[in-house]
Amino acid sequence: MNYYTDKIKEISKKILSDGKVDTVFGFRKGSLGYMSEPFMAKTAQAADKLVFDCNCRMNLVNYVTNRTGKIGIVVKGCDSRNLVTHIVENKIKRDQLYIIGVPCTGLADKDALLEAAEGEIDSVEDDGETVTVKGEGFEKKLSKKDILQSNCRTCIKRNPVIYDELVGEEVPELEIENRFEDVEKVETMSSDERWDFFNDLLSECTRCYACRNACPLCYCPTCFVDESRPQWVGKGDNETDVMTYHYLRAFHDAGRCTDCGACEAACPMGIKMRYFTRKTIKDCVEKYGFETGMNLEQRPALDQYKVNDPDEFIK
Amino acid sequence: MSDFEPKIITFLCNWCSYGAADLAGVSRFQYPPSMRIIRVPCSGRVSPKMILSAFRNGADGVWVSGCHPGDCHYISGNYYARRKFAVLNEMFEYVGLEKDRLHFSWISSAEGVKFADVAKEVIDKVTKLGPAKHFIKKLPEVA
Repeated sequence: MNYYTDKIKEISKKILSDGKVDTVFGFRKGSLGYMSEPFMAKTAQAADKLVFDCNCRMNLVNYVTNRTGKIGIVVKGCDSRNLVTHIVENKIKRDQLYIIGVPCTGLADKDALLEAAEGEIDSVEDDGETVTVKGEGFEKKLSKKDILQSNCRTCIKRNPVIYDELVGEEVPELEIENRFEDVEKVETMSSDERWDFFNDLLSECTRCYACRNACPLCYCPTCFVDESRPQWVGKGDNETDVMTYHYLRAFHDAGRCTDCGACEAACPMGIKMRYFTRKTIKDCVEKYGFETGMNLEQRPALDQYKVNDPDEFIK
Repeated sequence: MSDFEPKIITFLCNWCSYGAADLAGVSRFQYPPSMRIIRVPCSGRVSPKMILSAFRNGADGVWVSGCHPGDCHYISGNYYARRKFAVLNEMFEYVGLEKDRLHFSWISSAEGVKFADVAKEVIDKVTKLGPAKHFIKKLPEVA
């Protein structure tokens, strides 16, 4: 998706020099070849550093929470749904934003890139179909659909929901056979197997909270893990505490998570915590026919009700 | 296992289910004494944190009860609670907690009989499961 870079620069320079916005939130090339980092361009010159490629795994909506002033922001499809959630939850006003929408063809999984590389990666170029990984003494062409990030394989909205300007033609949406295959696979296990599966999944967790900090939904002034009176969850790597943390974080995101994958991309231990959040997405879809962040009129799933909601589990 | 008596934490809403518990009491309806009742203003007040906190402190089961849909003292508290509990219940089962550890019910303050019946059912089911295995904090708490 490197072909969007020029257009993003052009729009950013224009809106910055016209005074339409004070800053543009975008990405610039990271210190590692396979990572792009968040970047705030405050002047038209600085906007020259902006890039866009298949390494833009962070969700920039995380940075607009409660901000004042006018903001330009580069969003992918999933991020734009988070932006809708933010506007609905009064974390930012629509008229503060100039939204630069990117029709996204999916991000590259960083582990897949590292596996394919035969040394240190210098650059990753993406033309929509193939991803070219270059490094010292090697150059490799990979088919993009083989190295997609797992959330991009089940993406339901590649084109932004809201935008002021698109940087390219809209891309066709994916046709997904079974969107919740991974969750269903876990559901078929017995309850003891599931408990072991999740404890095994979380066994590497060091409680660094990278997933929480990368998540645009986690904006509580005091997170429940930091509360001390009462202390809901211990601070160490005790099995129960780790499980409680991931369980509650997923529950707080229920009906709000857009499956952008920023949590997994941020995890230094490679924990697949989307197994938790995807279950909440599945429940909201199946029980309430609810998709997060699709329009500005819709409150989050757990912040609304219908008189005839299913309640067969209640006596 | 036959002499196992479970500890069950029960969250009752002030306006309906707590009244039902009171009615069950004054009407002398019998149910086993394995419950510890906590009165909350509304079933919508019950947060997953509280339920997890009960489990981590050694509860073998948790039961949450509130007003019937449409009868909430706060108009819509239990409608929100219903959605919350639906997702919560699914999630608990998904991570491997046994199905019968967690119970929900709607009981109005006139339903003393239903209260005693549901209490018996909940206690019976949790007793059959035996002591809790998951979400218990085994290390001592150090603040």
